[in-house]
Amino acid sequence: MSDSAYKVEHATRSSHIGVIIIAVALVVLAAAPFWGDRQMLRLLAELFTFVALASLWNLLAGYAGLVSVGQQAYVGLGAYLLFGMVILGGIHPIAAIFIAGPIAAVVSIPVAALTFRLRGAYFAIGTWVVAEVFRLLASQISVLGGGSGISLPASVIIAMAPSRQAREFELYWLALGLTVLVLAAIVMLLRSRHGLALTAIRDNEVAAQSNGIDVTRVKLIVYVLTAFGTAMIGALIFLMKLRVSPDTAFSVNDWTAFVIFITVIGGIGRIEGPIIGTIIFFFLRQTLADLGSLYLLIMGAVAIVVMLWAPKGLWGLIAERFGWQALPLQRHLVSITKDKP
Amino acid sequence: MTEWLNVILQGVLIGGLYAMFAAGLSLIFGVMRLVNIAHGDLIVLAAYVALTVTDTLGIGPLTSLILVVPAMALIGYAMQRLLLNRTLGDDLLPPLLVTFGLSIIIQNGLLEVFTADSRKLQAGAVEIMTYQVSPGIWIGLLPLIQFIVAVAVIAGLQVLFYRTALGRAFRATSDDQSVAQLMGLDTRHVFAMAMALSLAIIAIAGVFLAVRSNFDPAIGPARLIFGFEAVIIGGLGSMWGTLAGGIILGVSQAIGAQIDPGWQLLAGHIVFLVILAIRPQGLFPKVSG
Repeated sequence: MSDSAYKVEHATRSSHIGVIIIAVALVVLAAAPFWGDRQMLRLLAELFTFVALASLWNLLAGYAGLVSVGQQAYVGLGAYLLFGMVILGGIHPIAAIFIAGPIAAVVSIPVAALTFRLRGAYFAIGTWVVAEVFRLLASQISVLGGGSGISLPASVIIAMAPSRQAREFELYWLALGLTVLVLAAIVMLLRSRHGLALTAIRDNEVAAQSNGIDVTRVKLIVYVLTAFGTAMIGALIFLMKLRVSPDTAFSVNDWTAFVIFITVIGGIGRIEGPIIGTIIFFFLRQTLADLGSLYLLIMGAVAIVVMLWAPKGLWGLIAERFGWQALPLQRHLVSITKDKP
Repeated sequence: MTEWLNVILQGVLIGGLYAMFAAGLSLIFGVMRLVNIAHGDLIVLAAYVALTVTDTLGIGPLTSLILVVPAMALIGYAMQRLLLNRTLGDDLLPPLLVTFGLSIIIQNGLLEVFTADSRKLQAGAVEIMTYQVSPGIWIGLLPLIQFIVAVAVIAGLQVLFYRTALGRAFRATSDDQSVAQLMGLDTRHVFAMAMALSLAIIAIAGVFLAVRSNFDPAIGPARLIFGFEAVIIGGLGSMWGTLAGGIILGVSQAIGAQIDPGWQLLAGHIVFLVILAIRPQGLFPKVSG
């Protein structure tokens, strides 16, 4: 009899290398205010927010199978909560970001109770209706500018930091920090017991259910956590823009179409996908920006081509070919005792 | 009192248009469980096709249907055969994302070709003709025609579904795709026919939309949402249900608008959400989603 024992491991050689690369990249990015100009900082901060939004959507759609086209509801909710708290309540903008998250999570519970009644693709449109309702309600709030929106008062902006440069550094680090926080939370969730359940649901929902996973509960948890994160990022985005209006805050193109294309092109259902996708997206945007609406058309076409011929996205192609993973997420069994004769 | 009766009557008539938005959506969901996110943008595309046809040939919008309907049906057949058939399967994501991509492509393509200017189709004298039903209650000829056409479209679909060979093929593939295939049906063709039919209805809806009000490339998604709400209110899979759903939505919006112009759309969405909360299967359900 061989009495071999096994243990579950996450790390592989590629993930060791991946973690080192990510650590180095983080140090370089954290030091960006010392090597980049203002333009660069703005671009990077925007890139971070898209990484965060796409990662959250990826968690929702790629893992939990909740394909929402209404996440702009929470981007806009976060934005309006921030402006409301800052302008009407006199709360510090950065504190407001961290308050917006939990409020959005609470709001998302009744929304889930309604939209979860719709299955599959109808769920997608249902979430869109909710986002429309949020947008229409926001345009009824006259103290926040109604349909035309409102700017953050200059006094609030000046009070944030002693100089303009200091404020820009502050916002940059905030964007980097929040994005790392969101990504770390997703990685921790995926490495937990719930993460195993989520991966099982991603691979086969019926099989997951028959193995005793409470699928609806896990989905609800993911939906609420995603709302939490999306609202915080939304609040941050509009703190950087300094102005909010119903049409920009609840824009389906900006906060859902782009985010979906990023995730699909990068690789849905993998943590690395949204990061790769965002880099490609920003590269395309910088090179094709002159094309205007044609640019969106090209993005749509690329997403369709990827979905039909490489449904796991670019990272999926790489991961399958070389067996790479940038973060230690996959579980595999490793023998820890040698077979005895 | 008569003011409110007028409001409700206008709501009912516009409900016919919403029912046409919904019928095409419901049809393809019934046959192949596909939800077409580009549905609203295809309605707007039909409006622009009609605009081009009326401008070049100098014919009226209603006459242009003779060309617009087959053109859209052809687009639908090709779109399903070349693109959407590849996405069908157990996985929900591909059809959703591909139709979402199509929606963005159509919107921005129209923007490129026709600019963001708002347009309208001119139907001439028929647009302003009205009849007095009883003192204080007026019916416009055009909304009336639109409503009658909507009822005819839904009745026609009902007959097609239950009385013709094509309808039998639709129902068979809807019930069980693999058995239908074993019985000798080419499901790829059946699906493409369903999409062609859906786009033929879209063509009619698009022309009436374009005659009724201004349109621009960005209004598609809202039409998708109206159609979707009418489907869910009416109950999945029921054709007459979509008419009821469209009317309920139209009347809710009309009443909302009468109270406060800012509440027109909101009232419709809220009625939809309330029905979703208290009767998620819709008012006249036939299949489960």
